[in-house]
Amino acid sequence: MLSQRVIETVVGLFLLAAILALVALAFKVSGLTTFFKQEGYDITAAFDDIGQLKVRGSVKIGGVTVGEVTDIKIDPASFKAVVTMRINSAVNDIPTDSSASILTAGLLGDNYIAITPMYSKDFLKNGGEIPETHSAMILEKLIGQFLFSIGHPGEKNTEEDKGAKK
Amino acid sequence: MLNHVAELGQLGLDVLRKYGRAGILLYRAVFRVPNIRKGFPLVVQQIYAEGVLSLLIIVVSALFIGMVVALQGYHTLSKFGAAQQLGPLVALSVARELGPVVTALLFAGRAGSALAAEIGLMKATDQLSSMEMMAVDPLQRVIAPRFWGGFISMPLLAIIFNIVAIYGAYLVGVKWLGMDAGAFWSNMQSAVDFRLDILNGIYKSVVFGVVVTWIALYQGYDAVPTSAGIANATTRTVVYSSLAVLGLDFVLTAMMIGGW
Repeated sequence: MLSQRVIETVVGLFLLAAILALVALAFKVSGLTTFFKQEGYDITAAFDDIGQLKVRGSVKIGGVTVGEVTDIKIDPASFKAVVTMRINSAVNDIPTDSSASILTAGLLGDNYIAITPMYSKDFLKNGGEIPETHSAMILEKLIGQFLFSIGHPGEKNTEEDKGAKK
Repeated sequence: MLNHVAELGQLGLDVLRKYGRAGILLYRAVFRVPNIRKGFPLVVQQIYAEGVLSLLIIVVSALFIGMVVALQGYHTLSKFGAAQQLGPLVALSVARELGPVVTALLFAGRAGSALAAEIGLMKATDQLSSMEMMAVDPLQRVIAPRFWGGFISMPLLAIIFNIVAIYGAYLVGVKWLGMDAGAFWSNMQSAVDFRLDILNGIYKSVVFGVVVTWIALYQGYDAVPTSAGIANATTRTVVYSSLAVLGLDFVLTAMMIGGW
């Protein structure tokens, strides 16, 4: 039987190893940068159709992630989808006349919001709203429109339309 | 006919009685004001016996599990031209499922069986009764430190398992199969969430730690005090805790995904 002192030392090393492993899991594996909620401010934008956008989806300007989607609600009056985004407080100079569009990362990737800045000298504050929005492009709808436009409004086209409505 | 019904009833009562005894055992061992000054060294000894001594088997199996998941994943993913996603594949499957579950199964085999055999033999050789004769509560002196030892050791072992398995995958994916190290880590970091994936895996291992240690302690404490009884208790510990871990894993995953 080892002496109590040796056992205590080994157990201490064991705990230390586990804590180091947890730190590695946090920073190296999950890419955790802050333990607390990201500092930032909320802005909203109302879209006609958000496609497959989900909460925690990213918000990008020029391809660089500047925030994330925190909430998606339907506005009962206008039936538009109101998306709330939390923007990092480092990015505090988004002009008020910017436009927001929902794009897809690659052909089959997740949807994200891309903000295109314009030239206004006023910047969006907490609770501000982006006035101009472009809805998500939905592949089934595009195919339907394409088939309709090339002038074969036969059975196949109506089938596509049904698929799009689902 | 009526005899058979009576037998069935007796069986049911026996099962219930066992659950009751197990519950009372845990209650008496845990929900009692502990003597920190005397109890702490005992808990440290048990963390050594259950945690540190299990470290070797945990690390070696984690390394090989990480390597084999990476190898299989790489070959399947590269059929779809998605070999870059190896990092997320390995990290998510290890942190969510393999880490807690395999650690708990190995822990049941390595430490749980030892606990059951040790306590069973203590009972068979009347060490527990002689402690009572000396006015030492065996639940406080023997059961409680072992329970806390397992409770503390399991999450720590699972964390170490996770990180070793992921580095095993790194060795195979990056060093051997020639993936880009930057893509491996950055895809992993963007796919793995600390709270949803890593912390949930650790919560699972806490639950498994309680369940496996509890089953081992109960089986040892309740063993028939003969050599065959101890053998039975050891076997039942491993079988019951493995089944409990796999079943609970499903329930916990359903709870975490369903967002209860």
